[in-house]
Amino acid sequence: MEFGPYLMLAMLEGAVLAAVLALMASGLSLTFGVMRVVNVAHGEFYMLGAVIAWFVAHLVGGGAALSFVAAAIIAPLAVGVLAAAADITILKRIDYDPERTIVATIGLLYVIQQVTLMTYGPDARPVEPPFNSRIALPWIEWGEGGPSLYFPWGLSTTSYKLFVIGAAAVLILAIRLFMTRSRAGLIMRATQLDSDMATAFGIPVERVYAAVFGLGAALAALAGVLIVPIQQAHYLMGGDALLLSFIVVIIGGLGSMAGTIVAAVLIGMSDGIISVFFSPTLAKIIATLLVALVLVFRPQGLFGTRDR
Amino acid sequence: MLRLEGISAGYGPAIVLRDLSLSAAPGRITCLMGRNGAGKTTTLKAIMGLVRPSAGRIMLGDQVISDLPAHRVAGQGIGYVPQGRGLFSELSVAQNLRIGLMARRGDAAETAAIRAEVLTRFPRLAERLDQRADTLSGGEQQMLSMARALCLRPRLLLLDEPTEGLQPSMIEAIRQVIMSLRDAGAAVLLVEQRIDAVLAIADHVHVIENGRNLEDFDAAALTRAPERLRAHLGV
Repeated sequence: MEFGPYLMLAMLEGAVLAAVLALMASGLSLTFGVMRVVNVAHGEFYMLGAVIAWFVAHLVGGGAALSFVAAAIIAPLAVGVLAAAADITILKRIDYDPERTIVATIGLLYVIQQVTLMTYGPDARPVEPPFNSRIALPWIEWGEGGPSLYFPWGLSTTSYKLFVIGAAAVLILAIRLFMTRSRAGLIMRATQLDSDMATAFGIPVERVYAAVFGLGAALAALAGVLIVPIQQAHYLMGGDALLLSFIVVIIGGLGSMAGTIVAAVLIGMSDGIISVFFSPTLAKIIATLLVALVLVFRPQGLFGTRDR
Repeated sequence: MLRLEGISAGYGPAIVLRDLSLSAAPGRITCLMGRNGAGKTTTLKAIMGLVRPSAGRIMLGDQVISDLPAHRVAGQGIGYVPQGRGLFSELSVAQNLRIGLMARRGDAAETAAIRAEVLTRFPRLAERLDQRADTLSGGEQQMLSMARALCLRPRLLLLDEPTEGLQPSMIEAIRQVIMSLRDAGAAVLLVEQRIDAVLAIADHVHVIENGRNLEDFDAAALTRAPERLRAHLGV
């Protein structure tokens, strides 16, 4: 294949990763932005979303489409409720102290991971996508008669991958509208800006924290549901996703949703392109190097503010 | 209306208030004065439930509000204008007011009426409803902080140095608002450092030092011997 079509193929793979990463990292960024805590268990909520999707696919009959829709509803709800319960029973009791929250969520990470290993097992298991037709993509050829379209061999994607990109974009837009237009979003933003004043104006901050922790986890679970027909569900799949999410929120600026989206596109696309042309390991090395450079030269991230 | 009975409170191991008692009555402006670090701001935070008393109790009417969860204190009819204004900086003027209106928990008609009333009182805010709070001038920010507190239609208003850093015309406007609230029957507890401002509007003054009661003055005593108050404050 020529360079141009090959690059387009790599960018499409990168766009799928960017879409899922944006969704997952938005959850992490939301949690940090409102609660000022670092949730190390966030990757496990992503993994749980994928594993629950597998269970739902095997328990619900009626075809891949129905089980996918069921998983997309059940997994985020179940994981969101689990995370809110973890917030109330663990994080609230340690008063959301930043250092102790990191240790507590590391503990939560291992508990979720090991319980999944004991119940789901060590195998990677596939989930059938709701639809998966192959779509050949055109490329422009410049001939003597001017530009013309042709379909290079191997330049194709699937309808499901395009759906993942579109669904993530719609969900991120929905989060944005929820945060800026809804009463609940206003309460969350007020809590983020000044939790003491929010309390002084009748906002039950601890309940807001539980809701935000649950919502952040639900977004990670939804990302897991979206990715599982492409990557398979495995009890260790949360580790890489967590690393990439941290890279994204650090580059974008901790707590900045806009920065998170931009950084997810940057990291996802570069990961896709470098993985296709060179190797996935090199992609991770470059992303980690980028984080180091951001931490040295712009510690608040691309869109973050210094006074946070 | 408001009574603090033997309150002790602080931040972790640091005790700031020690067996402090004071009161604020409806239709009166009660000033809380003291040198820097005396515990004035902590007193207001304790009333709002933001700092938990380790001893004593805080009553509003017949209700013990120091036992309530902090987020339920405002709903008892207490408006709070904190030091530094405490605005939600990235939210608009309208959104800051909406937070105040949500705390009131009134029905739609009452909420609309209160909003209109507050914007009539502060017409400059009505012109800047979509503007972010942190882009307002200092005086406008103070107006917004007061307007947000008034959205609760408070029976008790707590003000922590509301005129700090403002130009004289703005100070006079805020003084007029405080006096009109007093005339409408609200209890006002005002933390203020400027003695001339206190002498002009106070009905009662509590002076505290190191978190303890030092001396109380009524309006007549203040008029007779303002130098005693100055001596307490070291000015």
